[in-house]
Amino acid sequence: MTSSTPEMAERPPARGGYRIEPARRRFTLNARELWEYRELLFFFVWRDVKVRYQQTALGVSWAILQPLVAMFVFTIIFNRLGGIEPEYHVPYPLFVTVGLLPWFYFTGALSRATLSVVGNSGLVSKVYFPRLLIPIGSVVVPLVDFFASFILLIGLFLWYDTFPDWHAVLMPFFLGMAVFTALGVGLWLAALHVRYRDVGYVVTFITQIWFFLSPVAYGATAVPDDLQWLISLNPLTGVIEGFRWALLGRGLPNYDLYAISWAVAIGLTLSGLWYFRRVEHEFADII
Amino acid sequence: MGDIAMRVEGLGKRYRINRPERAETLRASVYSLLAAPGSRIREALKPPRHDELIWALRDVSFELEWGQVLGIVGRNGAGKSTLLKILARITDPTEGYAKINGRLSSLLEVGTGFHPELSGRDNIFLNGAILGMRRSEVAAKYDSIVEFAGVEQLIDTPVKRYSGGMYMRLAFAVAAHLEPDILLVDEVLAVGDADFQKRSLGKMRDATGQGRTVLFVSHNMASIRALCGRALLLDGGRVRVDGQVEEVIGEYLSMDDATHAGPIPDNVPRIGTGDARLTHVELLDRSGRPLSQVRLGQPFVVALVVGAKHRIPNAAFEVGISSLDGIRISTTFSTDKEQPPFELEPGECRIVVGLEPFLLPGHYALDLGVHHAGPGWTIDLVERVVDFEVLNVAEVGGDRYPSSAVRGYVRPQARWYGPQPASAQRALDLG
Repeated sequence: MTSSTPEMAERPPARGGYRIEPARRRFTLNARELWEYRELLFFFVWRDVKVRYQQTALGVSWAILQPLVAMFVFTIIFNRLGGIEPEYHVPYPLFVTVGLLPWFYFTGALSRATLSVVGNSGLVSKVYFPRLLIPIGSVVVPLVDFFASFILLIGLFLWYDTFPDWHAVLMPFFLGMAVFTALGVGLWLAALHVRYRDVGYVVTFITQIWFFLSPVAYGATAVPDDLQWLISLNPLTGVIEGFRWALLGRGLPNYDLYAISWAVAIGLTLSGLWYFRRVEHEFADII
Repeated sequence: MGDIAMRVEGLGKRYRINRPERAETLRASVYSLLAAPGSRIREALKPPRHDELIWALRDVSFELEWGQVLGIVGRNGAGKSTLLKILARITDPTEGYAKINGRLSSLLEVGTGFHPELSGRDNIFLNGAILGMRRSEVAAKYDSIVEFAGVEQLIDTPVKRYSGGMYMRLAFAVAAHLEPDILLVDEVLAVGDADFQKRSLGKMRDATGQGRTVLFVSHNMASIRALCGRALLLDGGRVRVDGQVEEVIGEYLSMDDATHAGPIPDNVPRIGTGDARLTHVELLDRSGRPLSQVRLGQPFVVALVVGAKHRIPNAAFEVGISSLDGIRISTTFSTDKEQPPFELEPGECRIVVGLEPFLLPGHYALDLGVHHAGPGWTIDLVERVVDFEVLNVAEVGGDRYPSSAVRGYVRPQARWYGPQPASAQRALDLG
């Protein structure tokens, strides 16, 4: 504790002043403040990762088990029974797993982000900090699972004795699309969830429908040419096709698709930031 | 800015309430939009109806100098907590502004963000970050925090295994190491046991002793008087008095509270035959002035109005006092000590009961009843019709309790005798 010195009362402190005003309509991101609070973002992520792996009996292996089981089921249902053939002549299990990993990341991040603000209502109603840290942190946390699940992919590469070439270093470029898509949609849903609690159920439904619209189980080339423009509006098409191109190393890069996917992902993020910032000032009153 | 720690100018906060027609589930929103898009849009565009808005805070302006301890007093709903929430940036004002010239933290946040699954050590760092401390700052104070909380042995155990007291101690230890320039304390919200309240007060004293700048919200006039030089009385969201602490406390204690006493609403649950109805109740002092707060040791009067449908020859009236958690503490009947029942004529009449002081400081509620004295049937009984507070401020002299030592509800009439030889036996005069 500080020792009591008489001068203390006279000393106007240099740090931490601020001005409180009614919420403005004009959009500002206040990135400087986000940067000042970067340690808190780190702690949110650290807390969620630590609790996640501390509470579950399987810990990290859960992140591998989930796509492993999905891989078997998908291979049997879509490939053996449904007759869906993989693109690029790679074994179907490898083909589907490369799509499943970013997909699992995306759904995990999206549902986590949606529930994040209400899930932290105790904090929101008691302490000030930039509210954006909550959804941002919640799309970072599932990245840990994502990287852990790469063990499965490495296992598959070894099993089929095939290895990615240098294009694999481009994977983060496509992962970024998934992060920003999850963040953009998650910001919208997290803010709506504060007012409309039904959104918590809606997100499950959204991800189910989204799954069938994304080329996880099938390849994008299976979609007729005249519908290609439609599926390219789904940034997950860019993510999954990009992952396959980077990791399986076959086919030609589809630059148009990547550009559209990135544009949609960024557009979603910007609109999500705009909406979230617009309504965040009422969170503490209605949460 | 110089010697001003905080400047508040025209601060106001408006809440929307009572909008039953406004959909708050997505389904209802979508339905109403589909069913009548025109009216929905028109409703959204037209200015909000007057009765849907309440100002929890309005036109609040004050300045706080460095080193000053400002007390904030007022009834429940006067806007005290709203003011603190705005200053702590938890909620936005609707109008006006506030300028805070230093690092501000509040003791309303104690334990906020603790995660039960994480260890004490992890929670210290997490909570410190949530309260705005840098990691390096927490690391530097870590040993001192652990020592202050006295949880060395369990520091690596998840806090869900801590006792309530240990949990609170750890939470408080983190908050106590914040060293803000301006401290906000809400004693009303300071949950926790007496020990914690005491620590919170002790922390306040430390802060004021160090020339810290403090904003202190409390219902407890004794602590306001002890800690603050200046105080602000909020009433209906507005500043009613801003001045020396004695002046403000005097004004606070003399405030009428029309909302607590008066007509008994029709919608309160009633038990009884209904041959008569209790319609009004008032809490008065001995000279007949309305009271909403009773001072320690102050006699008070309950006056009620009853309307009888027909003549009731043998009415027995009941006045009960309950704690706010619903425990009946005391009961008096008009027929106690073999008093004869009252005779009620058709129409309204007033019944008055004077009560000698016996309650300890705290919040209480009145229950009222009227019964048939002979068979004991209840004619009308209403519960919790008036809330009132017994203040920890004496009616006469300096009689009061240290805030942490109010235990129970009732102070019996007692006479204490000083030390005597252990073998002494004598008849006591209990007068």
